[in-house]
Amino acid sequence: MLKSRIIPCLDVNKGRVVKGTNFVNLRDAGDPVEVAKIYDEQGADEVCFLDITASHENRDTIYDIVRKTAEVCFMPLTVGGGVSKIEHIRTLLLSGADKVSVNSAAVKDNNFVRYAADKYGSQCIVVAVDAKKNDAQNKWEVYTHGGRINTEIDVLHYVERIVSLGAGELLITSMDKDGTRSGFDNTLIKQITDIVNVPVIASGGVGNLQHLVDGIKLGHADAVLAASIFHFGEYTINEAKQYMKERGINVR
Amino acid sequence: MEIIGIIDYGSGNIHSATKAFENVAKDLKKEIKILRIHNAADIKPCDRIVLPGVGAFKDCKAGLINIDGLVPTLEKKILDEGAPFLGICVGMQLLADIGFEGETTPGFGWIPGVVDKIPATASLKIPHMGWNNIKFNRAHSIFNGLENKEETIVYFVHSYYFQVKKMEDLLGVCDYGSEITAVIGKDNIIGCQFHPEKSQKIGLKFIKNFINWSP
Repeated sequence: MLKSRIIPCLDVNKGRVVKGTNFVNLRDAGDPVEVAKIYDEQGADEVCFLDITASHENRDTIYDIVRKTAEVCFMPLTVGGGVSKIEHIRTLLLSGADKVSVNSAAVKDNNFVRYAADKYGSQCIVVAVDAKKNDAQNKWEVYTHGGRINTEIDVLHYVERIVSLGAGELLITSMDKDGTRSGFDNTLIKQITDIVNVPVIASGGVGNLQHLVDGIKLGHADAVLAASIFHFGEYTINEAKQYMKERGINVR
Repeated sequence: MEIIGIIDYGSGNIHSATKAFENVAKDLKKEIKILRIHNAADIKPCDRIVLPGVGAFKDCKAGLINIDGLVPTLEKKILDEGAPFLGICVGMQLLADIGFEGETTPGFGWIPGVVDKIPATASLKIPHMGWNNIKFNRAHSIFNGLENKEETIVYFVHSYYFQVKKMEDLLGVCDYGSEITAVIGKDNIIGCQFHPEKSQKIGLKFIKNFINWSP
C-alpha cells in the first residue's frame, strides 16, 4: 500500500538554506547538501529544494547543489523556483532532480505544463500553487512571483485545468497559513484533493506533529511538507513518522 | 576488473543511477568501473548493462534508436552473450513487446508482455507516486538480503505498468488498487518498475545484488 510521505523543504537563497516566514524574514540554516544528507539519514521520503532567488540570479548555483545532493542522497528530490523554460527542467532532471516544480510560469502560460509533461512525462512535473483566501468573494486566489502578485484566478478552477494539461502532482501552499505555525489550511487542501486525481502535497503552516496528521486525515493530502519544525531540530523525521504511525497513518 | 555500462541516451535519471552504482561499487571487494554508454562501441567491453529510463515509452525508445547501431549491439550483448541486464522504470518497460503510452510503440520484446495504463478507479491517483512495499513472487538472487515483508518499501513513480504474459517472469509485485508489476526477470534479464537509485538503503541493496548476480 502506498505510504503517506513527509517532505522537508529547504528554501535556498544563493546556495544557502533559509526559511521564509510569510515570505519576508529569512533565517540561515546551512548548506543544502548537508541538510539533505541529514534528512536522507533520518528517512525523509523526499526532499524539496525551492530556489527562492532563482528568478533574479544565476541558475548555475542550484544545478550544482542538485548535482552534489544526488551524489550523496539516494532519495527522491524535487526542485523548484524560477523554472520558466523547458531548458531549466531538462538541466534540473539531468542534474539529478526527479521532479521539477513550476509555479509562476504555469500560471502565465498553462500550455507550458502541457509541453513539459509531454516532453518529460507528467510524473516529473509538479505544479506549485501559492493560494490565499479572498474572504469577500469566498474563494482562494492564485498568487505568483513568490506571493507578490495576485492573479485573482480561482485556485480550484486553476488546479483542475492544470491537471488536465498534464501536471503530475500539486504542491499547495496556503499563504494565509505559511509561517503561522497554526497548521495547514485543510479546508483548501480537502477541496483540492476532492477534485483532482493526482497526488497533492500540503504546505504552509506546520508548527507541530499533529498538523502533519491533520493534513493527511482532514486535508486528505498524499504528502505533507514542512520546513522550520525540521530545520531547527524541534522534531526529527523519525519522530514525525512515529507520531503519525501511532495515529493510524500509513507511513514508511 | 568488471565494467558496468549505463546507457546514456538523455534519460533524466542517468546522473542519479550512475552515482548510486558508483556508491555501491566502491564498497565491494571486486574492482568495478562504471561506464556511461554513449554509442554502440561503448557496449563491447561491458560485463553488465543498465538501462535507466524516465519519461514516455515512445520517447525513450526513440532515444535509443537514434543512437546508431546501439539496439542491435545491445541485443547481441544481452541475448547472445548473456550479459546481465537491469532495466529501470521505463528501461524495464521497454523490454515488453509493445507499449500503449501515447502512440502504440513496439518494445524490445525480450520479456513477453505489454505496457498499459494503471487501471484507474475513482479513489486511485495516477501517477502511482511514492513509497510502496513489494512482495516477492519467488526467490531470486536479486532479492538477497531483502525480506519478503511489509518493510521492504521502495520508490515508485509511473502511470503505466508492465503486464507480463507469463507468470514465471513476474518476480515481484506491489499493491496499488490491483497487483502492479514491480520486478520482472527472465534468464540474464531483470527489470524493476521502482527506482533503486532513489530507494535509499533497500534500493542500494538491490543494486548490489544485481552487481553480484551470476545468472
